[in-house]
Amino acid sequence: MTRDSIEQILTAELATIAPDIDMKDVDRSQDLREEFDIDSIDFLNLVTALAKRFGLEMPEADYPQMDTFDHLCDYLVAKTG
Amino acid sequence: MTKDHITKPEEIRRQANMTDYDAARAESTWDVAQGLIDGLPGDKLNIAHEAIDRHVANGHGEQTALRWIGKDGARRDFTYADLQQQTNRFAGVLRAQGLASGDRVYALMGRTPDLYIAALGTLKAGCVFCPLFSAFGPEPIHARMEIGGANALITTARLYKRKVAGLRDRLPELRTVFLTDGEADGCATLPPLMQAAPDRFATEAMDPEDMALLHFTSGTTGKPKGVVHVHEAVVAHNMTGRIALDLRPGDIYWCTADPGWVTGTSYGIIAPLTNRVTMIVDEAEFDAGRWYDILEREAVTVWYTAPTAIRMLMKAGAEAVEGRDLSALRFMASVGEPLNPEAVVWSNEVFSRPFHDNWWQTETGGIMIANYASMDVKPGSMGKPLPGIDAGIVEVTEAGATEVTTPGTIGELALRPGWPSMMRGYLHEEARYKKCFRDGWYLSGDLAMRDAEGYFWFVGRADDLIKSAGHLIGPFEVESALIEHEAVAEAGVIGVPDETAGELVKAYVALKPRFEPTEDLKLDLLGHARKRLGPAVAPKDIVFRKNLPKTRSGKIMRRLLKARELGLPEGDISTLESDEQ
Repeated sequence: MTRDSIEQILTAELATIAPDIDMKDVDRSQDLREEFDIDSIDFLNLVTALAKRFGLEMPEADYPQMDTFDHLCDYLVAKTG
Repeated sequence: MTKDHITKPEEIRRQANMTDYDAARAESTWDVAQGLIDGLPGDKLNIAHEAIDRHVANGHGEQTALRWIGKDGARRDFTYADLQQQTNRFAGVLRAQGLASGDRVYALMGRTPDLYIAALGTLKAGCVFCPLFSAFGPEPIHARMEIGGANALITTARLYKRKVAGLRDRLPELRTVFLTDGEADGCATLPPLMQAAPDRFATEAMDPEDMALLHFTSGTTGKPKGVVHVHEAVVAHNMTGRIALDLRPGDIYWCTADPGWVTGTSYGIIAPLTNRVTMIVDEAEFDAGRWYDILEREAVTVWYTAPTAIRMLMKAGAEAVEGRDLSALRFMASVGEPLNPEAVVWSNEVFSRPFHDNWWQTETGGIMIANYASMDVKPGSMGKPLPGIDAGIVEVTEAGATEVTTPGTIGELALRPGWPSMMRGYLHEEARYKKCFRDGWYLSGDLAMRDAEGYFWFVGRADDLIKSAGHLIGPFEVESALIEHEAVAEAGVIGVPDETAGELVKAYVALKPRFEPTEDLKLDLLGHARKRLGPAVAPKDIVFRKNLPKTRSGKIMRRLLKARELGLPEGDISTLESDEQ
C-alpha cells in the first residue's frame, strides 16, 4: 500500500472521530491529540479502527510511535509494507 | 488472601500515618487537623501560606516541591523557595494589573509549571482561583466564566485563539487575559510581566470563610454549578492527604489528575504541598509505557490516579511492568468512579499492593470515604468514612431523610455537614444549594449501601449525570449544544457503559422534518458538538430516532432511553406521553 493511500485512510478515520478539524489547519509534525483535539478515548477508538482497517496488531507499547500524524503514517507504512 | 478481602500485614499497618482507624475516629479530628495548620496572625490564614511559605520559613526552601516532566521528556525542578518566589511574582503581577482580593482568576491551560504558579499566586493575592479543563470547548468555557464572573484568565496563545477570543464580547467582567507563551490582541503577555515583578509579596491574610476556590460541576438540568470553597478548606486538604493518601514530608507523590477537575487541585496542588512532599507533574496524556517509566525513574512513593487509567494499564498487560523496579511505591489510591474489584485484585498481584479506592465529590472538597493504608481492603468497596466524617445511608421521601441502618440496604449516600472543606454554596444558586440538604444530612446524589462491617459500596447515581473517565457530565449541557444545530428537533443524552471509561456519552437525536438521518449529517452533528463542547464533553456516539420518549410535560425520559439501551426493565412509564420511534 502506498503512503498516499495510507494517508487517505488515516485522514478519513480521523474525520469520523474529529469531523470539526480541517486537515488544512493541522500541523502534521505536532502532537496528534492536540492537533485534532482528541482525548485518550478518541485515540483508543482511532487505533482500534486503524488496526481493523489494516488488519494489524497495534499494541500499547507502540503508542509512543503514533504521537504525530506523520509518525503515525510512518508507523502504518512500516507495518503494512 | 482471597478475592473478597486483602489483609494488611502488621508491618504495613504500623508504618501508616494512621495506624488504628477506630482509635483515630474516637479523636476530635478537626481540632487535631487545625493544629497541623500554622495560620496567620489574627486568626487569619491563606492556603498558599500553608502550601509554600511556612515550609520555606521552617528551613525547607531547598527541598524540591514540584518536578515537572514535559511532553518531550524535559524535566524542570522547582524547590519550595523557587515556588515561593514565582508565586510572589504572579501575585505581584495580578496586583499591578489591578486585580484585588476577591477577584476571580481563571486558568485554562495544560499541566505546565505556569498553571501551578498561577493557582498558588492567585491565592496569595487573595483572589479566587477557578481552574478550567483545557479539553473544554468554547460553550462550557463561556458558561463557567460567565457564572463565576471571571475577572482575569491565564491561558496559552493557542487555547486563547481557538476557544476564548470569540467569547470576549460575551464576557463583560473579564478585564485581563494573560498569555503564557505569546501575544494576541487585547491580551497581556505574562513572561515579561513576571520578570519585572518583585519576588517578594506579602501573602494576603484571609478570613477562614473567604472564598478561595471555585470549581464547576455539572447538574442534571440547567447550567453547571459553581461550587464555592473557602480558605479554611486547607485544614481538611492537609489532614485528608495525611490520612487517606498517607502523605508525609519527603514523599515523591504523583497525582495524575488535571487541576481542571477538583482532584487535580485538592490533591494535585494543595494537599501534597501542605504535607511538604515532592510532587510529580506530567504534562503528557496517558501512556502506559511513559507512566511506568515515571513511576520507576522518579521512585514515586505515593500514587493517586483514576479507574480509567488503571483499566488502560491492565490492558497494556503485565509485560509492561516486567523487569521494572517499582519498589519505591508505598501507597496507591484511586478516585473518580468506583474501582472495579478485578482492578484492585490485579493491582495487588502486579504491584504487590492494592489500589485504595476512595470517594468524594466536588462539593465535599476532600476525600470523605476511603480505604486506608492500615485497613484491610475489600475490593470494590470505597472503604469507610474518614475520622471526623459521619456518613450514612438514607431513605429520602417527601417526609424527609431517614437513616437506614440495616446492613446491605440501598439508599442515598449522605454526610453530616460541618467539615472544613465542605462547599459553602453554589454561586448565585441558593435554591439549588438548599436542595442538597435534608434533616441535617448533605445528600450526595449517589446510591450506595453499607455492609455489616461498615464498608460502603457504590451502587449508582440517583440522577441522570454521566460519569465518563472520572468526570461528571451533565446531559443537559450536551443536549443544549445539540439542539442549537439547525437539523435537530430534540435530543436526549445518556451514559452508556464502557469497559475503559466507565461510561461514554451517547446522544439520541430526532431531526426536524426536512432533514434526513444520513452518515454525513451525523458527522456534521458530531463536529458541531465537539466545536462547542470540546472532546471531554461531546458525545462519542450519536443515533437518530424519529421521536424521543417524553413525559406529558414534554420532558425527555433519559431513564427510559437508558433502560432500553441496557436491556433493563422500563420501570414506571405512567408519565410517558409520546414514545420513542
